[in-house]
Amino acid sequence: MNSNSVIPLEMLFYLAGFIAIVASLKVVLGKHAVHSLLYLIVSLLAVAVCFYFMGAPFAAGLEVIVYAGAILVLFVFAIMMFGLGQDEEKHAPNTPGLTIWFGPCALALALLFELIYIINNVEQHNVTAINHISPKQVGSLLYGPYLLAVEIASFLLLAGLVAGYHFAKPDGQEHCNKIAETGDKQ
Amino acid sequence: MIGNMDANWNASMSILAWLPFNPLISFFILILLGKRLSWLMASVLSVGAVSLSAVSAVWLVQQLAINDQQVITVQLWQWFSLGNSQVNFTLYLDGLSAVMISVVTGVGALIHLYAAGYMKTDENFCRFMAYMNLFIVAMLLLVLGDNLVLLYLGWEGVGLCSFLLIGFWYQDKNNALAARKAFIVTRIGDTAMAIGLFMLFNSLGEFNINHLTELAAAKWQVGDQQVYWIALLLLGGAVGKSAQLPLQTWLPDAMAGPTPVSALIHAATMVTAGVYLIARMHGLFLLAPEVMTYVAWVGALTLLLAGFAAMAQTDIKRVLAYSTMSQIGYMMLALGAGAWSEGIFHLMTHAFFKALLFLTAGSVILALHHQQNIFKMGGLAKKLPIETSLFAIGLLCLIALPGTSGFYSKEAIIASLWTSATAGPVFWWCAILGALLTSIYSCRLFFLTFLGNARSSSKTEVETEFSAIMRWPLYLLAVLALLGGFFSTMLHQQLATIFASASIETNFAGEFEPHWLHIVAIATPFIGIVFSWFYFADYRQTSRINNDAAFAEKNNRLTSFCLHGLGFDWLYQKLFINPYCFIAKLNRRDVFDQIIMTSRWYVDLWRAALIANQNGNLRWYAASLGIAVIFLLGVALI
Amino acid sequence: MISLPLEHIFILASILFMIGFVGVIARKNTLFILMSLEVMLNAVGIAFIGAGSVWQQADGQVMFILILTLAAAEVALGLALLIRLQRRFQSLDIDKLNRLRG
Repeated sequence: MNSNSVIPLEMLFYLAGFIAIVASLKVVLGKHAVHSLLYLIVSLLAVAVCFYFMGAPFAAGLEVIVYAGAILVLFVFAIMMFGLGQDEEKHAPNTPGLTIWFGPCALALALLFELIYIINNVEQHNVTAINHISPKQVGSLLYGPYLLAVEIASFLLLAGLVAGYHFAKPDGQEHCNKIAETGDKQ
Repeated sequence: MIGNMDANWNASMSILAWLPFNPLISFFILILLGKRLSWLMASVLSVGAVSLSAVSAVWLVQQLAINDQQVITVQLWQWFSLGNSQVNFTLYLDGLSAVMISVVTGVGALIHLYAAGYMKTDENFCRFMAYMNLFIVAMLLLVLGDNLVLLYLGWEGVGLCSFLLIGFWYQDKNNALAARKAFIVTRIGDTAMAIGLFMLFNSLGEFNINHLTELAAAKWQVGDQQVYWIALLLLGGAVGKSAQLPLQTWLPDAMAGPTPVSALIHAATMVTAGVYLIARMHGLFLLAPEVMTYVAWVGALTLLLAGFAAMAQTDIKRVLAYSTMSQIGYMMLALGAGAWSEGIFHLMTHAFFKALLFLTAGSVILALHHQQNIFKMGGLAKKLPIETSLFAIGLLCLIALPGTSGFYSKEAIIASLWTSATAGPVFWWCAILGALLTSIYSCRLFFLTFLGNARSSSKTEVETEFSAIMRWPLYLLAVLALLGGFFSTMLHQQLATIFASASIETNFAGEFEPHWLHIVAIATPFIGIVFSWFYFADYRQTSRINNDAAFAEKNNRLTSFCLHGLGFDWLYQKLFINPYCFIAKLNRRDVFDQIIMTSRWYVDLWRAALIANQNGNLRWYAASLGIAVIFLLGVALI
Repeated sequence: MISLPLEHIFILASILFMIGFVGVIARKNTLFILMSLEVMLNAVGIAFIGAGSVWQQADGQVMFILILTLAAAEVALGLALLIRLQRRFQSLDIDKLNRLRG
């Protein structure tokens, strides 16, 4: 890709960013859980494109595979299997009354303006994608200085696994009652 | 001989040191052991303590008369020092204090003895005797103190004891109210005196009375503005304690206390504290002649006011109370005219006959089973002959018939008035009019109470038997009242050295005393007796009127006005009490309290805010995190 | 090659972060709160990657991997808790969990 094309390549980055923003908005404002999840996946994919244009293809790949492909799929499975999306009619956002959004929006806008002010007053840097940072570099860092971090991350995952199993299993009494019920019906 | 005198002298110092504290020990024992003591033990203890002080007083007076040195001083301990001035607990005995302690302890001991019999059946006997003893202690400290702070301590102490004793039967609300009234009214005077003391210290830097007098004479000319104000304020204090105009309203109501209390405090001793104060501070008063004239005016007006009021009273004790007020007016008049020794002499004789009158009235009241209305008495001359004659002796001294001690003292005062520089002929006429009024109301009292037919409505027998301890003090007092005139020479000797420098220049410019002054003065009481004999003939012989109701005095406006103390209570109610109550009602919500409550409101506000902040809502907590970050970033940016 | 100003990347990250923040605070359904949290984590990831690319170092991506791990564990646990919440209160309203108030 050369800079002689009709559309500069940076525009793709901004387009991907725009898609990410719109999709996130639809996540937050959505009514149905599954629809919001799908919009979230779209947002993540757009962000992956952004990563690629920032010179981090490995991160882009990880974003798609792990984040969108594993974590959010877990989300979707959980919602569908445990029927978690069925109460959304009761707890839909109060669109008739927009007053509930004023406070949070004001807060968020204030924080946003402050951050943008800070960002603009820092010395200029440019991100050049001359050299993509290859997976090999990331790998050698992971097995080098960040070895301890990796091990601790694995502890974290173990904890999440154990806790997730423990919290999600049914209560003993409930489970027996259910089996007894289904058993009786047979 | 010299060695003996020295030993006596040292003994005198320790006797003087113990003098005020004998009754104090008895006070503590009586308060602590209280009801566990029998009547005999308690009375022996209390009467014995005061008698011991009386005997010591007599010894000390004798020592003082014998020796050349005119004062005995003993410093007990150091109290505090203020600036350059040292205030010590020092007892100072000179001629003036000697007279005072003799009167206080002597008459006090006799009254204690009487009270032991009078209050025998009261269940709070020990408390009563304890308070009486405490009073004696305070009064002795007042007269023996060598500095103004110790005097003020005694001053407040007697005020306290007066309050406790007037309200002794506190279960009756009226007694408590009377005690409170007495305390508050004298407090006004006390405050004036305290301000005067502050001003005195501020200008002279000294509290010791002797030093004070020297410094004052050195610093101020006669008629100086500062000493004028100080003397005026001290007069305010004296007026309060001695129940003179304008703070005299408490004394008639103070008769709500038991009769021995009235005799001791409100006749013989406490009300004379004001007189003592002025006499003691005579150095200061000499520097302010206008204030001395005010003193004389206060005395003159009070004696006339009290004389008029006494003529319309129905309660026997109230008549005697107004009579006391009037006689203290005479003492004030004497001091204001510069006749210091004469005033003190009258104080002494007044203590004798007024105590006699009050105690005899107590016996009469007790005999008639607590009846105090003179219109319900009468005909007691036959039933209580001894009391009648004792009362008559007291009244004769009061009227100042020739031969009695009252005659010597009152005539001495009247004689000094015409030519005095700060008093004058006007005051002489006031005094004569007062003497006339005195004889009129005394005769009225005597006729109504003792002569005529018996009008007491109670069917029970009149008590005629009194125990010896209630009779013998009366006899002694009667003797003193009659023969007290012979003390005058001894007294003049004692007081001469103190008041030697205190004579004021008499009013010369060629004005001699008219020679008829003495004749008029001696004749006045007789004129009064003759007048009353005919005017109050109804009272003397009530056989002519049998109806009780018709017998009461006509209730015209003048009589009613005099009965209520010439309207002073009404005046003070309108002037001071009603506005004060009005303001207090306005401030019912209490402005100052509201100001303090704003801090409570503020704290409550924060409490509400913090509780609202801890609502358990997860999203709220997240939002508060966001707010915090905004705030911190804002602070960092700005 | 492509040259992007770092500010733009940070601005993108901030906007996404704010959107997620609004979602966390304004939505009552716990599921949506979890989803908004994911959006916020994602935004942080963008910031890290951008910063790493500026210095041509892989540290930014390593940080991103750790964030990813964290998000995974968090989602697993969050969903498990959500399931318990559903069982206990028969609804996913997060305001039902307010017993720890003052």
